[in-house]
Amino acid sequence: MDTYTLLREFADSWMLLSMVVIFVGIALYTFRPGSRRLHEDIANIPLRNDTLPGDAARTAPCAEAGEKETRHG
Amino acid sequence: MKPSQHAGDTVSTAIQLVLYGAIALIAAIAASYGHDLAYQVNAVIVVIAAGLAFIWTMRRAPAGTGAPESGYMDDVIRAGVIATTFWGVVGFLAGTYIAFDLAFPALNLELPWTSFGRLRPLHTSAVIFAFGGNALICTSFYVVQRTSAARLWGGNLAWFVFWGYQLVIVLAATGYVFGATQAREYAEPTWYVDIWLTIVWVAYLAVFVGTLVKRREPHIYVANWFFLSFIITIAMLHVVNNLAIPVSILGSQSYSAFAGVQDALVQWWYGHNAVGFFLTAGFLGMMYYFVPKQAERPVYSYKLSIIHFWALIFLYIWAGPHHLHYTALPDWAQVLGMVFSVMLWMPSWGGMINGLMTLQGAWDKLRTDPIIRMMVVSVAFYGMSTFEGPMMSIRAVNSLSHYTDWTIGHVHSGALGWNGMVTFGALYFLVPRLWGTKRLYSLTLVSWHFWLATIGIVLYAASMWVTGIMEGLMWREVDQLGFLVNSFADTVAAKLPMYIVRGTGGVLYLTGALIMVYNLWQTTRGRIRGSEDATVGAVQAA
Repeated sequence: MDTYTLLREFADSWMLLSMVVIFVGIALYTFRPGSRRLHEDIANIPLRNDTLPGDAARTAPCAEAGEKETRHG
Repeated sequence: MKPSQHAGDTVSTAIQLVLYGAIALIAAIAASYGHDLAYQVNAVIVVIAAGLAFIWTMRRAPAGTGAPESGYMDDVIRAGVIATTFWGVVGFLAGTYIAFDLAFPALNLELPWTSFGRLRPLHTSAVIFAFGGNALICTSFYVVQRTSAARLWGGNLAWFVFWGYQLVIVLAATGYVFGATQAREYAEPTWYVDIWLTIVWVAYLAVFVGTLVKRREPHIYVANWFFLSFIITIAMLHVVNNLAIPVSILGSQSYSAFAGVQDALVQWWYGHNAVGFFLTAGFLGMMYYFVPKQAERPVYSYKLSIIHFWALIFLYIWAGPHHLHYTALPDWAQVLGMVFSVMLWMPSWGGMINGLMTLQGAWDKLRTDPIIRMMVVSVAFYGMSTFEGPMMSIRAVNSLSHYTDWTIGHVHSGALGWNGMVTFGALYFLVPRLWGTKRLYSLTLVSWHFWLATIGIVLYAASMWVTGIMEGLMWREVDQLGFLVNSFADTVAAKLPMYIVRGTGGVLYLTGALIMVYNLWQTTRGRIRGSEDATVGAVQAA
């Protein structure tokens, strides 16, 4: 079998199957239970940090996360 | 400053000076021994660039280099905003000029340097790579810092990316005018410009990824996924498409590493993914940041944005063969390109819905905020051109549309409508914040820009539909004996009125951009137009 045919057959069998499986897997993973709160938090990233948080703020993410916990819970 | 650090700075400055001097010397030798004019002109430009870098490095006080770095690195973004605006005007002007050149051929001035064949790549490169590229680089630097809560990584490396990219643009543009081209669509710059762009692009990737690595937010916001996929994919496309053997190290001429239909497929694998990852993924990164920012609410559905991203990544890369329908390309590859293009419609509209629905609960802003209006129209044009594109990729439709002006109309509804409008929206968002002013100089002028640009696009797209479908039908018209009815010159004559309409659309679009330049320039000087309420549209300076 020449290289062209070999690659061609691999591409439309195993490669195609693996890509479809990976893509469907990603889509299903996105909708996993419990992802809503995480996604809400990420979606709000642009709405904070308009100025660079200083060194003092490095410990703040914990407090911030705790605050969110109560807001969403 | 510690003495050892000072010595280190001095050594690194000395190394830089030697490097710039060597580059200038080598380029000067290349300029005198070069085989063709374009190569010599480019070499002289490199001499000038290296000389300026030399002088700048020498004049810079070594003590100043140790200044503490605080806050986000915004000076390079300000430079990027200026470059985006400048190249935008250049690119629109070139496009409008060659639009009238097609209607009135005397405008080529009978000179080789101003012929359509040389100004056309100048226009496409200026709008896509100079305007669009600078917009992508500066907004990605802005977005990655804000969404990572981290200063740009690499210090002055970001400045290297900025100036290196401007050098690519100047070398490419002068090369075209003096007759050097690789004759590859959207990849016309010659081999040495390609190598330089590769170096600049790797530095760009390093700055972007370096900033992501030192982020303080635990997660990477989706806009950065789009930007990162754009940077990585463009690197891959650029390197493979430009594999070529130069005829001489002292000339601009080179030959592609591929031949025949393989070369055609590589070119359109590159060409379509340049649209998919440069003009779509990168600008979606802008949409996913600036639309939520301007609407002051998070994106409609973060889950949808994840699906949007992965679907684009998995589908876009296969769509290129739809540019080669009914050619020597194997049938299965043509059908593959068509099927994947049609499938692309779905994620594209998912993304459009996500962008538009971000305004849910804030639709009144459409009435009061001309900037959000610009962004919404941009997203609407994204939806329109991502419907038109899959339709045109269907082989039966393509047999009518291919090689006609319909294709050019389609490209421009995407480029002027989607890329242009979202960039204008981002510029209006950025300038007051980057220059620390209270608000834009004038919201009324933003409205003027909005309507001029929108009407310009409508004139452009509508005239190209008419003339495109007309010439497609004229080309295939046969009489009862099976002879073609129309000669090519018949179609050219029939298209004249539509060409004038198209040029008029370009004039409107260019006028809108010039109004924007005035508006942004006044904004940087901290002025607010007298007749407007200063509290409306005020921004919190970052």
